[in-house]
Amino acid sequence: MRKPALFLVAAVALGLSAAGLGQAGSSAPALTGACAKANLKLVKGGQLSLATDNLSFPPWFGGKERKGSGFAPSDPYSGQGYESAVAYEVAKRLGFARGEVMWIAVPFGKSFAPGKKAFDWYISQVSYKPVRAKAADFSKSYYFVNQAVVGLKGKPITKVKTVAGLGPFQLGVAIGTTSYDYIVDHIKSKPKVYDTNADAVAALKNGRIDGLVVDFPSTGYITGVQVPNSTVVGRLPTKGTRERFGMIFQKGNPLVSCVNKVLDRMWADGTLKRLEARWLAGSAPILK
Amino acid sequence: MAIALASTALFFAVIVVVVVNSAGWPEVKQAFFNGEIFDESFPEIRSAFLINVKIFCIAEVVILFTALGLAVLRSLPGPVFFPIRLLAIVYADFFRGIPTILLIYILGFGIPALQLEGVPTDEMFWGTVALVLVYTAYVSEVYRAGIESVHPSQNAAARSLGLSHGQSLRYVVIPQAVRRVIPPLLNDFIGLQKDTALVALLGVIEAFRQSQIDVASTFNYTPYLATALMFLIITVPMTRFTDWLIARDRKRRQAAGVAA
Repeated sequence: MRKPALFLVAAVALGLSAAGLGQAGSSAPALTGACAKANLKLVKGGQLSLATDNLSFPPWFGGKERKGSGFAPSDPYSGQGYESAVAYEVAKRLGFARGEVMWIAVPFGKSFAPGKKAFDWYISQVSYKPVRAKAADFSKSYYFVNQAVVGLKGKPITKVKTVAGLGPFQLGVAIGTTSYDYIVDHIKSKPKVYDTNADAVAALKNGRIDGLVVDFPSTGYITGVQVPNSTVVGRLPTKGTRERFGMIFQKGNPLVSCVNKVLDRMWADGTLKRLEARWLAGSAPILK
Repeated sequence: MAIALASTALFFAVIVVVVVNSAGWPEVKQAFFNGEIFDESFPEIRSAFLINVKIFCIAEVVILFTALGLAVLRSLPGPVFFPIRLLAIVYADFFRGIPTILLIYILGFGIPALQLEGVPTDEMFWGTVALVLVYTAYVSEVYRAGIESVHPSQNAAARSLGLSHGQSLRYVVIPQAVRRVIPPLLNDFIGLQKDTALVALLGVIEAFRQSQIDVASTFNYTPYLATALMFLIITVPMTRFTDWLIARDRKRRQAAGVAA
Protein backbone atom coordinates (compact mmCIF):
# COMPACT_ATOMS: atom_id res chain seq x y z
CA MET A 1 0.00 0.00 0.00
CA ARG A 2 2.76 2.34 0.93
CA LYS A 3 4.49 2.32 -2.36
CA PRO A 4 1.53 3.17 -4.49
CA ALA A 5 0.54 5.84 -1.99
CA LEU A 6 3.99 7.33 -2.12
CA PHE A 7 3.89 7.15 -5.85
CA LEU A 8 0.58 8.96 -5.81
CA VAL A 9 1.96 11.68 -3.56
CA ALA A 10 4.96 12.04 -5.80
CA ALA A 11 2.75 12.24 -8.85
CA VAL A 12 0.57 14.89 -7.26
CA ALA A 13 3.62 16.85 -6.18
CA LEU A 14 5.05 16.61 -9.66
CA GLY A 15 1.74 17.69 -11.14
CA LEU A 16 1.59 20.60 -8.74
CA SER A 17 5.05 21.74 -9.54
CA ALA A 18 4.30 21.44 -13.24
CA ALA A 19 1.15 23.51 -12.71
CA GLY A 20 3.19 25.96 -10.72
CA LEU A 21 5.71 26.22 -13.53
CA GLY A 22 2.90 26.76 -15.98
CA GLN A 23 1.61 29.53 -13.75
CA ALA A 24 5.01 31.11 -13.56
CA GLY A 25 5.35 30.91 -17.33
CA SER A 26 2.17 32.90 -17.91
CA SER A 27 2.54 35.71 -15.38
CA ALA A 28 6.29 36.19 -14.94
CA PRO A 29 8.94 37.18 -15.79
CA ALA A 30 7.76 40.75 -15.46
CA LEU A 31 8.94 43.25 -18.04
CA THR A 32 11.84 45.41 -17.02
CA GLY A 33 13.47 48.64 -18.16
CA ALA A 34 11.28 50.99 -20.13
CA CYS A 35 8.46 48.45 -19.96
CA ALA A 36 8.49 48.12 -16.18
CA LYS A 37 5.14 49.26 -14.84
CA ALA A 38 6.60 52.27 -13.06
CA ASN A 39 8.24 53.55 -16.26
CA LEU A 40 5.23 53.31 -18.57
CA LYS A 41 3.96 56.62 -19.91
CA LEU A 42 0.22 56.43 -19.51
CA VAL A 43 -2.65 58.74 -20.36
CA LYS A 44 -3.63 58.65 -16.69
CA GLY A 45 -0.95 57.68 -14.19
CA GLY A 46 -1.38 54.42 -12.30
CA GLN A 47 -4.09 53.04 -14.52
CA LEU A 48 -4.52 51.63 -17.99
CA SER A 49 -7.08 53.59 -19.97
CA LEU A 50 -8.39 51.27 -22.64
CA ALA A 51 -10.96 52.11 -25.26
CA THR A 52 -13.31 50.23 -27.51
CA ASP A 53 -16.29 51.09 -29.63
CA ASN A 54 -19.78 51.08 -28.27
CA LEU A 55 -21.70 48.86 -29.16
CA SER A 56 -19.48 46.27 -27.57
CA PHE A 57 -20.78 42.89 -28.56
CA PRO A 58 -19.98 39.18 -28.45
CA PRO A 59 -17.81 37.35 -29.13
CA TRP A 60 -15.39 40.27 -28.71
CA PHE A 61 -16.92 41.45 -25.48
CA GLY A 62 -19.07 39.40 -23.14
CA GLY A 63 -20.80 39.76 -19.82
CA LYS A 64 -24.08 41.45 -19.07
CA GLU A 65 -24.60 45.13 -19.75
CA ARG A 66 -24.14 47.24 -16.65
CA LYS A 67 -26.28 50.38 -16.41
CA GLY A 68 -24.18 53.50 -16.34
CA SER A 69 -21.05 51.80 -17.66
CA GLY A 70 -21.57 53.47 -21.04
CA PHE A 71 -21.31 50.15 -22.83
CA ALA A 72 -23.97 47.94 -24.36
CA PRO A 73 -24.93 45.19 -24.91
CA SER A 74 -21.80 43.73 -23.29
CA ASP A 75 -19.46 44.82 -20.55
CA PRO A 76 -15.75 45.25 -21.33
CA TYR A 77 -14.99 45.10 -17.59
CA SER A 78 -16.27 41.52 -17.53
CA GLY A 79 -13.02 40.05 -18.85
CA GLN A 80 -15.27 37.90 -21.01
CA GLY A 81 -15.20 37.84 -24.76
CA TYR A 82 -12.01 37.61 -26.78
CA GLU A 83 -10.93 41.25 -26.85
CA SER A 84 -11.75 41.88 -23.21
CA ALA A 85 -9.87 38.72 -22.20
CA VAL A 86 -6.86 39.60 -24.34
CA ALA A 87 -6.80 43.17 -23.00
CA TYR A 88 -6.89 42.00 -19.37
CA GLU A 89 -4.21 39.39 -20.01
CA VAL A 90 -1.92 41.99 -21.58
CA ALA A 91 -2.68 44.35 -18.70
CA LYS A 92 -1.86 41.63 -16.18
CA ARG A 93 1.48 40.93 -17.81
CA LEU A 94 2.28 44.64 -17.81
CA GLY A 95 1.68 44.50 -14.06
CA PHE A 96 -1.83 45.94 -13.78
CA ALA A 97 -4.48 44.52 -11.48
CA ARG A 98 -8.05 44.15 -12.73
CA GLY A 99 -9.11 47.29 -10.84
CA GLU A 100 -6.43 49.38 -12.54
CA VAL A 101 -7.94 48.94 -15.98
CA MET A 102 -10.50 51.54 -17.07
CA TRP A 103 -12.57 51.40 -20.25
CA ILE A 104 -13.85 54.32 -22.26
CA ALA A 105 -16.16 54.25 -25.27
CA VAL A 106 -14.58 55.74 -28.38
CA PRO A 107 -16.25 55.53 -31.79
CA PHE A 108 -14.09 53.98 -34.49
CA GLY A 109 -14.01 57.24 -36.49
CA LYS A 110 -12.40 59.03 -33.56
CA SER A 111 -9.85 56.37 -32.76
CA PHE A 112 -7.47 57.64 -35.45
CA ALA A 113 -8.18 61.39 -35.15
CA PRO A 114 -5.06 63.58 -34.93
CA GLY A 115 -4.17 65.07 -31.56
CA LYS A 116 -3.80 63.61 -28.10
CA LYS A 117 -5.65 60.38 -27.60
CA ALA A 118 -7.70 59.77 -24.47
CA PHE A 119 -6.70 56.11 -24.33
CA ASP A 120 -3.54 54.05 -23.96
CA TRP A 121 -4.78 51.65 -26.55
CA TYR A 122 -7.89 51.02 -28.57
CA ILE A 123 -9.05 47.46 -29.19
CA SER A 124 -12.04 47.04 -31.46
CA GLN A 125 -11.45 44.59 -34.33
CA VAL A 126 -9.39 47.09 -36.28
CA SER A 127 -7.43 45.60 -39.15
CA TYR A 128 -3.87 46.67 -39.78
CA LYS A 129 -3.13 48.38 -43.10
CA PRO A 130 0.12 50.11 -44.00
CA VAL A 131 -1.67 53.33 -44.98
CA ARG A 132 -3.52 53.36 -41.65
CA ALA A 133 -0.25 53.02 -39.79
CA LYS A 134 0.71 56.47 -41.04
CA ALA A 135 -1.96 58.00 -38.79
CA ALA A 136 -1.68 55.77 -35.74
CA ASP A 137 0.56 53.04 -34.38
CA PHE A 138 -0.64 49.46 -34.43
CA SER A 139 0.35 46.65 -32.13
CA LYS A 140 1.32 43.31 -33.57
CA SER A 141 -1.51 40.95 -34.38
CA TYR A 142 -3.65 39.63 -31.55
CA TYR A 143 -5.89 37.81 -34.01
CA PHE A 144 -5.71 36.70 -37.63
CA VAL A 145 -9.09 37.14 -39.22
CA ASN A 146 -11.08 35.86 -42.15
CA GLN A 147 -14.18 37.55 -43.46
CA ALA A 148 -17.36 35.55 -43.88
CA VAL A 149 -20.70 35.88 -45.64
CA VAL A 150 -24.04 35.59 -43.86
CA GLY A 151 -27.27 34.99 -45.81
CA LEU A 152 -30.86 34.12 -45.03
CA LYS A 153 -31.63 30.40 -44.81
CA GLY A 154 -33.19 28.97 -47.95
CA LYS A 155 -32.12 31.84 -50.21
CA PRO A 156 -30.07 31.17 -53.37
CA ILE A 157 -26.94 32.77 -51.88
CA THR A 158 -26.63 29.94 -49.35
CA LYS A 159 -25.85 27.55 -52.23
CA VAL A 160 -22.75 29.51 -53.25
CA LYS A 161 -19.49 27.56 -52.99
CA THR A 162 -16.98 29.93 -54.56
CA VAL A 163 -15.89 33.53 -54.14
CA ALA A 164 -16.70 34.22 -57.79
CA GLY A 165 -20.17 32.78 -57.22
CA LEU A 166 -20.95 35.68 -54.89
CA GLY A 167 -20.64 38.12 -57.79
CA PRO A 168 -24.31 38.31 -58.80
CA PHE A 169 -25.56 38.80 -55.23
CA GLN A 170 -26.07 42.15 -53.55
CA LEU A 171 -23.72 42.25 -50.59
CA GLY A 172 -23.70 44.67 -47.70
CA VAL A 173 -21.14 45.76 -45.12
CA ALA A 174 -20.77 48.16 -42.23
CA ILE A 175 -18.65 51.22 -42.87
CA GLY A 176 -14.98 51.15 -41.99
CA THR A 177 -14.66 47.42 -42.47
CA THR A 178 -12.07 45.64 -44.52
CA SER A 179 -14.99 43.52 -45.74
CA TYR A 180 -15.69 46.40 -48.13
CA ASP A 181 -12.17 46.23 -49.56
CA TYR A 182 -12.46 42.47 -49.95
CA ILE A 183 -15.71 42.76 -51.92
CA VAL A 184 -14.43 45.52 -54.18
CA ASP A 185 -11.01 43.95 -54.73
CA HIS A 186 -11.80 40.24 -54.94
CA ILE A 187 -15.52 39.71 -55.52
CA LYS A 188 -15.56 42.75 -57.78
CA SER A 189 -19.07 43.89 -56.98
CA LYS A 190 -20.42 47.03 -55.39
CA PRO A 191 -21.67 46.48 -51.84
CA LYS A 192 -24.14 48.61 -49.96
CA VAL A 193 -22.44 50.32 -47.04
CA TYR A 194 -24.23 50.95 -43.75
CA ASP A 195 -23.38 53.11 -40.76
CA THR A 196 -23.22 50.25 -38.30
CA ASN A 197 -23.34 46.48 -38.19
CA ALA A 198 -26.84 46.84 -36.74
CA ASP A 199 -28.04 48.72 -39.84
CA ALA A 200 -26.41 46.16 -42.12
CA VAL A 201 -28.13 43.40 -40.17
CA ALA A 202 -31.47 45.22 -40.58
CA ALA A 203 -30.86 45.37 -44.33
CA LEU A 204 -30.21 41.63 -44.40
CA LYS A 205 -33.40 41.00 -42.45
CA ASN A 206 -35.62 43.05 -44.74
CA GLY A 207 -34.07 41.65 -47.89
CA ARG A 208 -32.28 44.77 -49.14
CA ILE A 209 -29.08 42.74 -49.30
CA ASP A 210 -28.58 39.05 -50.07
CA GLY A 211 -25.42 38.66 -48.05
CA LEU A 212 -23.76 40.47 -45.17
CA VAL A 213 -19.98 40.34 -45.05
CA VAL A 214 -18.39 40.60 -41.60
CA ASP A 215 -15.40 39.13 -39.83
CA PHE A 216 -16.07 35.47 -39.22
CA PRO A 217 -16.20 35.52 -35.40
CA SER A 218 -18.93 38.17 -35.50
CA THR A 219 -21.20 35.86 -37.51
CA GLY A 220 -22.04 33.81 -34.43
CA TYR A 221 -23.86 36.70 -32.79
CA ILE A 222 -25.71 37.52 -36.01
CA THR A 223 -26.90 33.99 -36.79
CA GLY A 224 -27.47 33.13 -33.15
CA VAL A 225 -29.10 36.26 -31.75
CA GLN A 226 -29.79 39.01 -34.26
CA VAL A 227 -31.18 37.10 -37.26
CA PRO A 228 -32.09 33.56 -36.19
CA ASN A 229 -33.12 32.53 -39.72
CA SER A 230 -29.69 33.39 -41.13
CA THR A 231 -26.74 31.17 -41.73
CA VAL A 232 -23.04 31.44 -42.58
CA VAL A 233 -22.65 30.92 -46.33
CA GLY A 234 -18.92 30.46 -45.90
CA ARG A 235 -15.66 32.01 -44.91
CA LEU A 236 -13.76 34.04 -47.47
CA PRO A 237 -10.29 32.75 -48.24
CA THR A 238 -7.25 34.88 -47.44
CA LYS A 239 -6.02 36.83 -50.45
CA GLY A 240 -2.60 38.39 -50.29
CA THR A 241 -1.29 39.05 -46.80
CA ARG A 242 -3.22 37.69 -43.85
CA GLU A 243 -5.57 40.20 -42.35
CA ARG A 244 -4.78 40.87 -38.72
CA PHE A 245 -6.31 42.82 -35.87
CA GLY A 246 -4.08 45.23 -34.01
CA MET A 247 -4.58 47.60 -31.12
CA ILE A 248 -4.33 51.29 -31.96
CA PHE A 249 -1.92 53.59 -30.13
CA GLN A 250 -1.02 57.24 -30.28
CA LYS A 251 1.58 57.70 -33.01
CA GLY A 252 5.02 57.31 -31.45
CA ASN A 253 3.74 55.94 -28.14
CA PRO A 254 6.53 53.76 -26.65
CA LEU A 255 3.90 51.59 -24.96
CA VAL A 256 3.44 49.77 -28.29
CA SER A 257 6.76 47.98 -28.03
CA CYS A 258 5.94 46.80 -24.51
CA VAL A 259 2.55 45.48 -25.61
CA ASN A 260 4.23 43.82 -28.59
CA LYS A 261 6.64 42.01 -26.25
CA VAL A 262 3.69 40.77 -24.23
CA LEU A 263 1.84 39.68 -27.37
CA ASP A 264 4.95 37.80 -28.59
CA ARG A 265 4.95 35.86 -25.34
CA MET A 266 1.23 35.26 -25.51
CA TRP A 267 1.62 33.76 -28.98
CA ALA A 268 4.66 31.74 -27.89
CA ASP A 269 3.10 30.22 -24.78
CA GLY A 270 -0.22 29.48 -26.48
CA THR A 271 -2.29 31.94 -24.43
CA LEU A 272 -3.77 33.62 -27.49
CA LYS A 273 -4.61 30.26 -29.08
CA ARG A 274 -6.27 29.22 -25.84
CA LEU A 275 -8.32 32.41 -25.59
CA GLU A 276 -9.26 32.07 -29.24
CA ALA A 277 -10.47 28.51 -28.67
CA ARG A 278 -12.46 29.67 -25.67
CA TRP A 279 -14.17 32.75 -27.15
CA LEU A 280 -14.02 32.42 -30.93
CA ALA A 281 -14.78 28.76 -31.44
CA GLY A 282 -16.82 27.88 -34.48
CA SER A 283 -16.24 26.81 -37.98
CA ALA A 284 -17.61 27.21 -41.47
CA PRO A 285 -16.44 26.05 -44.87
CA ILE A 286 -13.97 28.28 -46.68
CA LEU A 287 -15.23 29.34 -50.10
CA LYS A 288 -13.05 28.33 -53.03
CA MET B 1 -9.92 100.23 -51.16
CA ALA B 2 -6.23 100.05 -50.38
CA ILE B 3 -6.95 99.97 -46.67
CA ALA B 4 -9.53 97.22 -47.12
CA LEU B 5 -7.06 95.16 -49.15
CA ALA B 6 -4.26 95.66 -46.66
CA SER B 7 -6.39 94.80 -43.64
CA THR B 8 -7.79 91.72 -45.39
CA ALA B 9 -4.31 90.55 -46.32
CA LEU B 10 -3.04 91.13 -42.79
CA PHE B 11 -6.02 89.37 -41.26
CA PHE B 12 -5.50 86.20 -43.29
CA ALA B 13 -1.73 86.35 -42.95
CA VAL B 14 -2.06 86.34 -39.15
CA ILE B 15 -4.44 83.36 -39.23
CA VAL B 16 -2.19 81.39 -41.56
CA VAL B 17 0.90 82.11 -39.48
CA VAL B 18 -0.83 81.13 -36.23
CA VAL B 19 -2.21 77.88 -37.68
CA VAL B 20 0.94 76.82 -39.51
CA ASN B 21 3.14 77.46 -36.50
CA SER B 22 0.93 75.59 -34.05
CA ALA B 23 2.37 72.48 -32.45
CA GLY B 24 -0.16 70.13 -34.00
CA TRP B 25 -0.06 71.57 -37.53
CA PRO B 26 2.14 68.90 -39.17
CA GLU B 27 -0.19 66.22 -37.86
CA VAL B 28 -3.33 68.14 -38.83
CA LYS B 29 -1.91 68.87 -42.27
CA GLN B 30 -1.14 65.21 -42.77
CA ALA B 31 -4.60 64.20 -41.55
CA PHE B 32 -6.76 66.74 -43.39
CA PHE B 33 -4.75 68.13 -46.29
CA ASN B 34 -2.93 65.17 -47.76
CA GLY B 35 -2.46 65.73 -51.49
CA GLU B 36 -1.70 62.12 -52.32
CA ILE B 37 -4.85 60.83 -50.65
CA PHE B 38 -6.88 63.63 -52.20
CA ASP B 39 -5.78 62.61 -55.69
CA GLU B 40 -6.54 59.01 -54.96
CA SER B 41 -10.03 59.51 -53.55
CA PHE B 42 -11.25 62.38 -55.71
CA PRO B 43 -12.26 60.44 -58.87
CA GLU B 44 -14.34 57.94 -56.88
CA ILE B 45 -16.01 60.72 -54.90
CA ARG B 46 -16.71 62.66 -58.07
CA SER B 47 -18.55 59.77 -59.65
CA ALA B 48 -20.39 59.01 -56.41
CA PHE B 49 -21.49 62.66 -56.36
CA LEU B 50 -23.62 62.00 -59.46
CA ILE B 51 -25.98 60.14 -57.15
CA ASN B 52 -26.36 63.25 -54.98
CA VAL B 53 -27.00 65.31 -58.09
CA LYS B 54 -29.64 62.87 -59.28
CA ILE B 55 -31.39 62.86 -55.90
CA PHE B 56 -31.53 66.60 -55.49
CA CYS B 57 -32.49 67.34 -59.10
CA ILE B 58 -35.49 65.05 -58.85
CA ALA B 59 -36.37 66.19 -55.33
CA GLU B 60 -36.12 69.91 -56.12
CA VAL B 61 -38.45 69.72 -59.11
CA VAL B 62 -41.03 67.74 -57.13
CA ILE B 63 -40.74 70.03 -54.11
CA LEU B 64 -41.27 73.20 -56.16
CA PHE B 65 -44.77 71.98 -56.98
CA THR B 66 -45.78 70.08 -53.84
CA ALA B 67 -44.68 72.94 -51.59
CA LEU B 68 -46.54 75.52 -53.66
CA GLY B 69 -49.62 73.29 -53.55
CA LEU B 70 -49.37 73.03 -49.78
CA ALA B 71 -48.95 76.79 -49.38
CA VAL B 72 -51.98 77.43 -51.59
CA LEU B 73 -54.06 74.95 -49.59
CA ARG B 74 -53.06 76.71 -46.42
CA SER B 75 -54.14 80.08 -47.77
CA LEU B 76 -57.60 78.93 -48.89
CA PRO B 77 -60.14 81.37 -47.48
CA GLY B 78 -63.39 80.67 -45.66
CA PRO B 79 -64.57 78.32 -42.92
CA VAL B 80 -65.42 75.51 -45.38
CA PHE B 81 -61.75 74.88 -45.99
CA PHE B 82 -60.78 74.85 -42.34
CA PRO B 83 -60.04 71.07 -42.32
CA ILE B 84 -57.75 71.45 -45.32
CA ARG B 85 -55.91 74.37 -43.74
CA LEU B 86 -55.63 72.38 -40.55
CA LEU B 87 -54.14 69.39 -42.40
CA ALA B 88 -51.66 71.65 -44.18
CA ILE B 89 -50.59 73.13 -40.83
CA VAL B 90 -50.26 69.72 -39.20
CA TYR B 91 -48.20 68.50 -42.16
CA ALA B 92 -45.79 71.42 -41.99
CA ASP B 93 -45.45 71.20 -38.21
CA PHE B 94 -44.84 67.46 -38.28
CA PHE B 95 -42.36 67.22 -41.11
CA ARG B 96 -40.41 70.29 -40.09
CA GLY B 97 -40.33 69.02 -36.53
CA ILE B 98 -39.02 65.48 -36.88
CA PRO B 99 -35.34 64.83 -37.58
CA THR B 100 -34.78 64.03 -41.26
CA ILE B 101 -32.54 61.14 -40.27
CA LEU B 102 -35.41 59.45 -38.49
CA LEU B 103 -37.75 59.76 -41.46
CA ILE B 104 -35.10 58.32 -43.77
CA TYR B 105 -34.65 55.34 -41.46
CA ILE B 106 -38.38 54.76 -41.09
CA LEU B 107 -39.12 54.93 -44.80
CA GLY B 108 -35.91 53.30 -46.03
CA PHE B 109 -35.78 50.39 -43.60
CA GLY B 110 -39.41 50.19 -42.54
CA ILE B 111 -41.34 50.15 -45.78
CA PRO B 112 -39.25 47.47 -47.58
CA ALA B 113 -39.65 45.35 -44.43
CA LEU B 114 -43.43 45.41 -44.87
CA GLN B 115 -42.93 43.36 -48.05
CA LEU B 116 -45.92 44.90 -49.80
CA GLU B 117 -46.59 43.78 -53.34
CA GLY B 118 -45.84 46.46 -55.93
CA VAL B 119 -44.36 48.96 -53.47
CA PRO B 120 -40.82 49.99 -54.40
CA THR B 121 -38.03 48.85 -52.10
CA ASP B 122 -35.23 50.84 -53.67
CA GLU B 123 -33.40 52.91 -51.05
CA MET B 124 -32.69 55.79 -53.43
CA PHE B 125 -36.44 56.05 -53.96
CA TRP B 126 -37.34 56.11 -50.27
CA GLY B 127 -34.46 58.39 -49.36
CA THR B 128 -35.66 60.85 -51.98
CA VAL B 129 -39.27 60.56 -50.79
CA ALA B 130 -38.17 61.35 -47.24
CA LEU B 131 -36.28 64.44 -48.39
CA VAL B 132 -39.25 65.56 -50.49
CA LEU B 133 -41.61 65.19 -47.52
CA VAL B 134 -39.38 67.20 -45.19
CA TYR B 135 -38.37 69.92 -47.61
CA THR B 136 -41.92 70.33 -48.91
CA ALA B 137 -42.78 71.43 -45.39
CA TYR B 138 -39.90 73.93 -45.23
CA VAL B 139 -40.44 75.31 -48.70
CA SER B 140 -44.23 75.61 -48.30
CA GLU B 141 -43.60 77.99 -45.41
CA VAL B 142 -41.33 80.04 -47.64
CA TYR B 143 -44.04 80.20 -50.29
CA ARG B 144 -46.62 81.10 -47.67
CA ALA B 145 -44.48 83.97 -46.45
CA GLY B 146 -44.26 85.16 -50.05
CA ILE B 147 -47.99 84.88 -50.61
CA GLU B 148 -48.76 86.75 -47.41
CA SER B 149 -46.28 89.48 -48.31
CA VAL B 150 -48.36 90.44 -51.35
CA HIS B 151 -50.60 93.28 -50.26
CA PRO B 152 -54.28 92.23 -49.85
CA SER B 153 -55.29 95.10 -52.11
CA GLN B 154 -53.73 93.19 -55.01
CA ASN B 155 -56.08 90.30 -54.42
CA ALA B 156 -59.01 92.64 -53.81
CA ALA B 157 -58.31 94.45 -57.07
CA ALA B 158 -58.09 91.17 -58.95
CA ARG B 159 -61.36 89.92 -57.47
CA SER B 160 -63.10 93.21 -58.29
CA LEU B 161 -62.03 92.75 -61.90
CA GLY B 162 -63.97 89.48 -61.85
CA LEU B 163 -61.10 87.01 -61.34
CA SER B 164 -61.90 84.01 -59.14
CA HIS B 165 -59.81 83.26 -56.07
CA GLY B 166 -57.86 80.72 -58.09
CA GLN B 167 -57.29 83.06 -61.01
CA SER B 168 -56.22 85.84 -58.67
CA LEU B 169 -53.69 83.53 -57.06
CA ARG B 170 -52.45 82.24 -60.39
CA TYR B 171 -52.09 85.53 -62.25
CA VAL B 172 -51.65 88.17 -59.56
CA VAL B 173 -50.47 86.88 -56.20
CA ILE B 174 -48.19 83.93 -56.89
CA PRO B 175 -46.05 85.55 -59.59
CA GLN B 176 -45.23 88.37 -57.20
CA ALA B 177 -44.83 86.03 -54.25
CA VAL B 178 -42.42 83.70 -56.01
CA ARG B 179 -40.18 86.54 -57.12
CA ARG B 180 -39.81 87.70 -53.57
CA VAL B 181 -38.96 84.31 -52.11
CA ILE B 182 -36.33 83.17 -54.58
CA PRO B 183 -33.41 83.86 -52.18
CA PRO B 184 -34.87 81.89 -49.25
CA LEU B 185 -36.00 79.21 -51.70
CA LEU B 186 -32.43 78.84 -52.82
CA ASN B 187 -31.37 78.63 -49.19
CA ASP B 188 -33.59 75.61 -48.67
CA PHE B 189 -32.38 73.98 -51.85
CA ILE B 190 -28.76 74.30 -50.80
CA GLY B 191 -29.75 72.72 -47.50
CA LEU B 192 -31.45 69.94 -49.43
CA GLN B 193 -28.40 69.35 -51.58
CA LYS B 194 -26.27 68.77 -48.53
CA ASP B 195 -28.92 66.61 -46.89
CA THR B 196 -28.78 64.20 -49.83
CA ALA B 197 -25.81 62.78 -47.93
CA LEU B 198 -28.30 61.38 -45.41
CA VAL B 199 -29.52 58.86 -47.99
CA ALA B 200 -26.20 57.10 -47.34
CA LEU B 201 -27.78 55.75 -44.14
CA LEU B 202 -29.73 53.34 -46.31
CA GLY B 203 -26.59 51.87 -47.86
CA VAL B 204 -26.39 54.06 -50.96
CA ILE B 205 -22.81 54.98 -51.77
CA GLU B 206 -23.09 58.68 -52.55
CA ALA B 207 -20.27 61.21 -52.28
CA PHE B 208 -20.23 61.53 -48.51
CA ARG B 209 -20.43 57.78 -47.92
CA GLN B 210 -17.67 57.23 -50.46
CA SER B 211 -15.50 59.69 -48.56
CA GLN B 212 -16.35 57.99 -45.26
CA ILE B 213 -15.23 54.70 -46.76
CA ASP B 214 -11.96 56.26 -47.89
CA VAL B 215 -11.44 57.94 -44.51
CA ALA B 216 -11.97 54.70 -42.61
CA SER B 217 -9.75 52.83 -45.00
CA THR B 218 -6.83 55.26 -44.82
CA PHE B 219 -7.27 56.79 -41.35
CA ASN B 220 -7.02 60.13 -43.12
CA TYR B 221 -9.72 62.81 -43.30
CA THR B 222 -8.68 64.38 -46.60
CA PRO B 223 -11.44 62.63 -48.61
CA TYR B 224 -13.99 64.73 -46.69
CA LEU B 225 -12.33 67.76 -48.21
CA ALA B 226 -12.85 66.32 -51.67
CA THR B 227 -16.55 65.91 -50.91
CA ALA B 228 -16.82 69.45 -49.57
CA LEU B 229 -15.29 70.66 -52.80
CA MET B 230 -17.88 68.80 -54.87
CA PHE B 231 -20.72 70.45 -52.96
CA LEU B 232 -19.11 73.88 -53.32
CA ILE B 233 -18.62 73.39 -57.05
CA ILE B 234 -22.38 72.99 -57.37
CA THR B 235 -23.73 75.45 -54.83
CA VAL B 236 -21.52 78.50 -55.35
CA PRO B 237 -22.17 78.91 -59.10
CA MET B 238 -25.84 78.15 -58.53
CA THR B 239 -26.08 80.95 -55.97
CA ARG B 240 -24.32 83.40 -58.23
CA PHE B 241 -26.55 82.40 -61.14
CA THR B 242 -29.69 82.95 -59.09
CA ASP B 243 -28.42 86.33 -57.88
CA TRP B 244 -27.91 87.25 -61.49
CA LEU B 245 -31.40 86.08 -62.47
CA ILE B 246 -32.94 88.14 -59.70
CA ALA B 247 -30.95 91.23 -60.64
CA ARG B 248 -31.90 90.86 -64.30
CA ASP B 249 -35.55 90.42 -63.44
CA ARG B 250 -35.56 93.50 -61.23
CA LYS B 251 -33.91 95.60 -63.92
CA ARG B 252 -36.46 94.54 -66.51
CA ARG B 253 -39.39 95.29 -64.28
CA GLN B 254 -38.02 98.66 -63.30
CA ALA B 255 -37.37 99.48 -66.94
CA ALA B 256 -41.01 98.68 -67.68
CA GLY B 257 -42.08 100.95 -64.83
CA VAL B 258 -43.69 98.21 -62.78
CA ALA B 259 -43.10 98.32 -59.06
CA ALA B 260 -43.21 95.06 -57.16
